Amino acid sequence: MSARADVLAAVRAALGRCVGAGARAGRADAPGEGGVPRGYRVETGTASGSAPACDLLEHRLLDYRARVVRCGPDEVAATVARELAGAGSVAVPHGLPEAWAVAARTAGVVVRADLPGRPLATAELDRTDAVVTGCRVAVADTGTIVLDAGPGQGRRVLTLLPDRHVCVVRSDQVVGSVPEAVRLLEAHPERPLTWISGPSATSDIELVRVEGVHGPRDLRVVLVGD
Amino acid sequence: MSTYLGMPAVPPKPAAEPHDPLRWGTTFPDAARGTLEDAQLRTNLRRATRTIRDKRLAVTAELPDWEALRDAGAAIKADAMDRLPELLEQLEANVTARGGTVHWARDAAEANRIVTGLVRAAGAREVVKVKSMVTQEIGLNEHLEAEGVAAHETDLAELIVQLAGDRPSHILVPAIHRNRDEIRDVFRSRMPGAPDGLTNEPAALAMAAREHLRALFLRADVAISGANLAIAETGTVAVVESEGNGRMCLTLPRTLVTVMGIEKVLPRFRDLEVFLQLLPRSSTGERMNPYTTTWTGVTPGDGPQEFHLVLLDNGRTRALADDVGRQALHCIRCSACLNVCPVYERTGGHAYGSVYPGPIGAILTPQLLGLGDGDAATASLPFASTLCGACYDACPVKIDIPTALVHLRDRALHDGAPRRPTAAGVAMGAAAAVLSSGRRFRWALRGSALVGRLLGGRRVRRLPWPGSLWTASRDLPALPTRSFSATRATRATRAARGAGEPPSGVQPRRADGRGRS
Repeated sequence: MSARADVLAAVRAALGRCVGAGARAGRADAPGEGGVPRGYRVETGTASGSAPACDLLEHRLLDYRARVVRCGPDEVAATVARELAGAGSVAVPHGLPEAWAVAARTAGVVVRADLPGRPLATAELDRTDAVVTGCRVAVADTGTIVLDAGPGQGRRVLTLLPDRHVCVVRSDQVVGSVPEAVRLLEAHPERPLTWISGPSATSDIELVRVEGVHGPRDLRVVLVGD
Repeated sequence: MSTYLGMPAVPPKPAAEPHDPLRWGTTFPDAARGTLEDAQLRTNLRRATRTIRDKRLAVTAELPDWEALRDAGAAIKADAMDRLPELLEQLEANVTARGGTVHWARDAAEANRIVTGLVRAAGAREVVKVKSMVTQEIGLNEHLEAEGVAAHETDLAELIVQLAGDRPSHILVPAIHRNRDEIRDVFRSRMPGAPDGLTNEPAALAMAAREHLRALFLRADVAISGANLAIAETGTVAVVESEGNGRMCLTLPRTLVTVMGIEKVLPRFRDLEVFLQLLPRSSTGERMNPYTTTWTGVTPGDGPQEFHLVLLDNGRTRALADDVGRQALHCIRCSACLNVCPVYERTGGHAYGSVYPGPIGAILTPQLLGLGDGDAATASLPFASTLCGACYDACPVKIDIPTALVHLRDRALHDGAPRRPTAAGVAMGAAAAVLSSGRRFRWALRGSALVGRLLGGRRVRRLPWPGSLWTASRDLPALPTRSFSATRATRATRAARGAGEPPSGVQPRRADGRGRS
């Protein structure tokens, strides 16, 4: 018999034949589909897209020592360009608003476009100082930004190798809780998701928290209000 | 370049390389005797467990629906176990539909063969690894090394453990048994390219690791990972991490091999909303961990273009067959139970002799290995507990570890071939004989009362052997001169004879009014 058949047979046999007669199981009975008690909150006190949601998101991001800049919808390009100050080069994904790339170029930053037919080579990306993307959704309660590799966000490697990540989050993309975000994302579960909550960190050495182990050490969020 | 041959500057812990990742040889009491004397370990552990414990308490207290989340998590896991065959088939179908390949492994040896075959087929002589408990469980690194493939751990703690020649001592912070000086020495002597004059500052050590590993990530063709969970409904696999080495391994190489225990499958995509709250808050005490990556099969042009999922049994079906013990399979590897366990805090993970230490290890390891062969080390694990229940309180998916421990103690004593009689066994047998018969019990009481009268209220502090085994660390209770039932019977007779006596069973008041005589 194949390993597959053996394993599945062993699972079925285990479920049909229980050792330990009469002993109380950890749970009184196991519910079938639809029997899971979902009494946890989906909506919280923070309404999606609201000013309090954006404030909470900013607060959480600052806790993670990310940099947060607020601006109006007409100021995004200029703000992005300002946040790229000091970077020699920036990678931009396919589908990013052209105005942002133009503003960056005007500010003297070399713009490297990652295009579907012509992706940036890994070695070149490794030498690129920054990357600018949008996002799919942001969770205020946990200070999380989720990218789904869609237009304006790009391949996952783009936000991994450069040392500075400038991420533009619109207020209408901000939800209150993790369940709200997941229910939004479940429309396209096959997309590769990257959930980012601050720069990377480790506490492996004597529990002293050190930031920026791998991935961008400089996370800058441009939070666009109404 | 610093040399890394010859005697390591820091001797490895544990000293001898264990043969079986789930069974390092000695019983828990013997191993604990050794680890309890390691002052460095105990200091590190005490700080570590208390720090994480406080963080976890703060961040779970913040959520008014924490208990509802735990209920949902427990129910989802129980449901997943009940429907495991269907969910595994559904997972396989969905991964395959999105361009991935699913392999099945009955045991560790088979999983190792499959992974090695995949690495060879990709033409690679080295691989990068994301921290994965299941690959430790099967001893994958050792197998790959023996087959001529270098397996580079990329998690900072795993890197430290690998370079030092250690074994991990904690699920979440595997190098907690090492302090910064030891880590600096390990890097200086065993990490190629470590900078001269490397200090012991954690930030400097982490940056040295970053440089060392970046070169590895950029050239690796094959990565091996575990999985925190896999969604049957969609074929989505998730890795939850803090350092970014996961993203590196899951995104850069051309080929990705993910090894996963069959118990990690969850039914629906929506279940992520529960576990992405339970796991970060319980494990690192954060609202959310820095990076979580999810992927489904292969996405053309983004990340690995070849994806293999290896589903592993290796004793999980044995646990599944146990009505009470099965809940050990609900574990999401958060390590909250380790951090609250008074035993673990003092003995450390190495005393459990398994890659799964602490309370969850005490119920998972014996079930994965089985208790039928009478191995003393395995059988000792369910006894490595005071049954205080702190682990049950802390567990985000409400695994009733104390109940499982007691259940497994019973199995450890009675499964498999009958064992040599022990002193405790003989004493229990004698007690059972006396207590199971009313007549024998009454005679025992009379005998005890007689001895009590002979002693005249004096307490016995020391008995000759074999009683000395008991009295060496325990006091015997003072023996009463009359048994309780005899006293009651006398009172009842007295009350029946005269009025004005206090009700039977209640002692009369003292003459000076101070309580009862």
